[in-house]
Amino acid sequence: MAEPLLEATCIHTYYGVSHILHGVDFRIGKGEAVGLMGRNGMGKTTLIRSMLGHVRPRQGKVCLRGEDVTESAPHRIARLGVAYVPEGRGIFPNLTVKENLLMAAREGVDGRREWTYQRVLETFPRLAERLDHGGGQLSGGEQQMLTIGRALLTNPDLLILDEATEGLAPLIARDIWRIIGDIRGSGIATVIVDKNYAAVMDLADRCVVMIKGTVVFDDASDKLTGEIVQKYLGV
Amino acid sequence: MFIPRAGTRGQAPLLIPHNRDSEETRPMDTAFFFIQLLNGLQYGLLLFLVACGLTLIFGIMGIINLAHGSFYMIGAYIAWSLASMTGNLALAILLGIPLTVLLGMLLEWLLFRYLYARDHLYQVLMTYGLILVFEELRSLVWGDDVHGVAVPALLAGSIPLTDNLSYPIYRLAISVICLVLAGGLYWLIQKTRLGMMIRAGSTNREMVQALGINIKLLYTLIFALGVALAAFAGMIAAPVSSVYPNMGAQVLIICFVVVVIGGIGSVWGALLASVLIGLTDTFGKVLLPEYAGVSTYLLMALVLLWRPEGLFKRI
Ligand SMILES: Nc1ncnc2c1ncn2[C@@H]1O[C@H](COP(=O)(O)OP(=O)(O)OP(=O)(O)O)[C@@H](O)[C@H]1O
Ligand SMILES: [Mg+2]
Repeated sequence: MAEPLLEATCIHTYYGVSHILHGVDFRIGKGEAVGLMGRNGMGKTTLIRSMLGHVRPRQGKVCLRGEDVTESAPHRIARLGVAYVPEGRGIFPNLTVKENLLMAAREGVDGRREWTYQRVLETFPRLAERLDHGGGQLSGGEQQMLTIGRALLTNPDLLILDEATEGLAPLIARDIWRIIGDIRGSGIATVIVDKNYAAVMDLADRCVVMIKGTVVFDDASDKLTGEIVQKYLGV
Repeated sequence: MFIPRAGTRGQAPLLIPHNRDSEETRPMDTAFFFIQLLNGLQYGLLLFLVACGLTLIFGIMGIINLAHGSFYMIGAYIAWSLASMTGNLALAILLGIPLTVLLGMLLEWLLFRYLYARDHLYQVLMTYGLILVFEELRSLVWGDDVHGVAVPALLAGSIPLTDNLSYPIYRLAISVICLVLAGGLYWLIQKTRLGMMIRAGSTNREMVQALGINIKLLYTLIFALGVALAAFAGMIAAPVSSVYPNMGAQVLIICFVVVVIGGIGSVWGALLASVLIGLTDTFGKVLLPEYAGVSTYLLMALVLLWRPEGLFKRI
């Protein structure tokens, strides 16, 4: 396996008194693409938020490039090269498209600047046409492109996409999948959460399936047979 | 308590229009009208410096800060004491600004950051407590007397308008300084990366952090900016208003009116509302002196009937 980039061990996370994650292990290597699957409410988003410092796991350990970041602030983790495209997109509606992109642009961990403002606009020509629009005025697909573009402008080594194609028209979703494929091809490690299991399995080297806060499957994508999908994901 | 001259507190010296004595002999002729207009603007712009911090801190961090008026008072006392030491108000202000920035950072770091996740009730309790603490400290450090601060010699004169009406240069200077600061604030919030982060921080805290921005530091800076602006207003107002105990209370109340009229969290709303309040108050005192006390509240009621959310949306 590739050299580990992000490694979470035995994560237990609570929201108040509800015990959501029950000892989850999750790892992703440099340049690897991992699909994270599970039906609604199984804890995928909670796992991501636990690894990125947005919720504190009560037990367990998160390491990023070998550094223990379990107690680190979310911005510290982000600055170690992790970009996050959250569920519901998280654009800033009161900033223009241009400002959304520029506010967080920076070089990567080793000083790389592969993703520039220019390159993002070339990748997402629709954004280039709407630079002065408020973020809140964009369509769902454009907002998604904006969040992904903004994430890329931080020149990450790991991109986490939580339901990036949710609620998008099929044609737009196809566009997003193509771009995710390009990103993955450029050597950025990706964690992909999506309800379109076929597309995820297609892109991912490895798949992780969660049920009720535990991992029930973690193996190469081609080992994820129709039977297992049927059993755990109910498709 | 410590309120000498309580009887006169109803009309802050800051609000007394210049050359008031001449008003019964001259009704609203042009020069007199012009003077009131300048007074109203000057008062409104000064209010803006205090109110913009209040609205920023509420709009971005969600904190109701009753102690914000105290920063105005602290600024005035700092200006007075440093000016008495150095004999130079400009120097006193230059020395005072970094002190107030530090005070703001320290308070945010020690106290206010624990209020962000709390209910408004806790915020009101703590910040009301802070008012008492600040007044007590002021009494210990500076005493309970009223002090005058001399207008800097360079700005001491008046500009004659007619035979017996003139306008003090210092008041004009206050307006200009406030306008320059408002312009600077516009540039900071609308044109710089820091401003983009500030605006972003008012809508989605988690996302701001996920982009690698240290939101705690950002909040500390915003808070310190608000404190420094309010204190600066107190410093430049000191020669006009004099320096007296409890001087922040009145400013605080009127600033809340400004914030509500302007739209909670909106800096530009606060600018417009401050000027409106300044003019309403000044002309109200001249034209309808018997209703002077209610004119600003009447304005607030009218604006809220028309736009319940205030004039502007947040930044
Ligand atoms: N902020 C919260 N407070 C309390 N409970 C929460 C919170 N967020 C999520 N939960 C609960 O935690 C469990 C896991 O939710 P999570 O969002 O991690 O699931 P998910 O796998 O991402 O689901 P989805 O596919 O719907 O996004 C759910 O039962 C949910 O109701
Ligand atoms: Mg989810």
